[in-house]
Amino acid sequence: MEEIRPQNNARLLKYLAALVPSLVLWWLVYGQLAAVARHLTQDVFGLAAGSHAAEAVEFFLYDTPKVLMLLTLVVFGVGILRSFFTPERTRRVLAGRRESAGNVMAALLGIVTPFCSCSAVPLFIGFVTAGVPLGVTFSFLIAAPMVNEIALVLLYGLLGWKVAALYLATGLSIAMVAGWVIGKLNLENQIEDWVREMRSDPNQIPDTRMPFAERIAAGLAAVRDIVGKVWVYVVLGIAVGAGIHGYVPEGFMAQIMGKGAWWSVPVAVLIGIPMYSNAAGIVPVVEALLGKGAALGTVLAFMMAVIALSLPEMVILRKVLKPRLIAAFAGVVGLGILFVGYLFNLLV
Amino acid sequence: MDIKVLGPGCPKCKDAEKLALDAVRESGVEANVEKVSDLKDIMSYGVFSTPAVVIDGVVKSVGKVPSKKEFLSWIKPA
Repeated sequence: MEEIRPQNNARLLKYLAALVPSLVLWWLVYGQLAAVARHLTQDVFGLAAGSHAAEAVEFFLYDTPKVLMLLTLVVFGVGILRSFFTPERTRRVLAGRRESAGNVMAALLGIVTPFCSCSAVPLFIGFVTAGVPLGVTFSFLIAAPMVNEIALVLLYGLLGWKVAALYLATGLSIAMVAGWVIGKLNLENQIEDWVREMRSDPNQIPDTRMPFAERIAAGLAAVRDIVGKVWVYVVLGIAVGAGIHGYVPEGFMAQIMGKGAWWSVPVAVLIGIPMYSNAAGIVPVVEALLGKGAALGTVLAFMMAVIALSLPEMVILRKVLKPRLIAAFAGVVGLGILFVGYLFNLLV
Repeated sequence: MDIKVLGPGCPKCKDAEKLALDAVRESGVEANVEKVSDLKDIMSYGVFSTPAVVIDGVVKSVGKVPSKKEFLSWIKPA
């Protein structure tokens, strides 16, 4: 490996030479977005300030670049961070952990460990066969989709850091508590038999040390991959949000999704489960709904149900889990989301 | 040379298989590329994030589609 080092250093320098000016430029542009959106709406398009059309257009022109810029930056950062964590390493950390501390650690690792959704089943088998307790495995599997970096960026960009922090804290709590509860239910016999008979060999895994230039490359690859895929949803979501923002009367949502309607939280969860969407399209709509009087708890519950409890995922999990365990998983996570919904409607 | 691409069938796994075929063609190395999609077989390599690449029984990469350059470095004679 020695002889490739100089080459990696040269690559690192090249990356830094390109990245540092890009970040400065990012910062300068980001600060001007609001002014530019206003200028375009009022002076270039000639829309009267305060009119429905001006409200909608300005919302769209401001939020679209803002969210895409934030998303690019955060996905890049997360891409680099994730190159330090592999599912294989995570499994080694979690193997043999007891409940409680294990649940907490699993939920945190769930956020940073990268895996594509089709890996959920092999991952589950890998964890269980390595002796990671069932409840700890679930904490990991719940946290991974529940606390989603795209949702976090959008909430921060559109609704501020407080809502983003609440989402992060409650998402983690649900993953920890739900995993802990599932562990207490002693449902190990609800894993399909062929999985329990398997023994995996954890010593085959290749070394994952890599030079820093390669980690930057991983961050850039993540941007291409994720931002390249979700930008359409972001733009569509913001367009719908802009329409709601400009044209739906103030207070309209208060009746259907407001605090007063006690049934709105469970209904939001039930509607959210079969919807398989990503956070990118949902959050801008959420922002606009909030502006029209929808309650934060109801809206958060809806979003969490959409992201964390998806029917397709449960169909995949059925390959390794018996129905009772899947029901327990959906039930416990669903209750957690309901609780979060009511809690926020009560507090905020 | 025996190349196995492990993956249950997500888009990334298909990308990895295509890359393997391309790399073999390009390098002119005599190799047999096989796609492994059965979960039990995948797990028997101790791998659980896919796509993964196994060359002559040795796991070379897990959880990502390798770059072509990287792939070529594994199959080209040293």
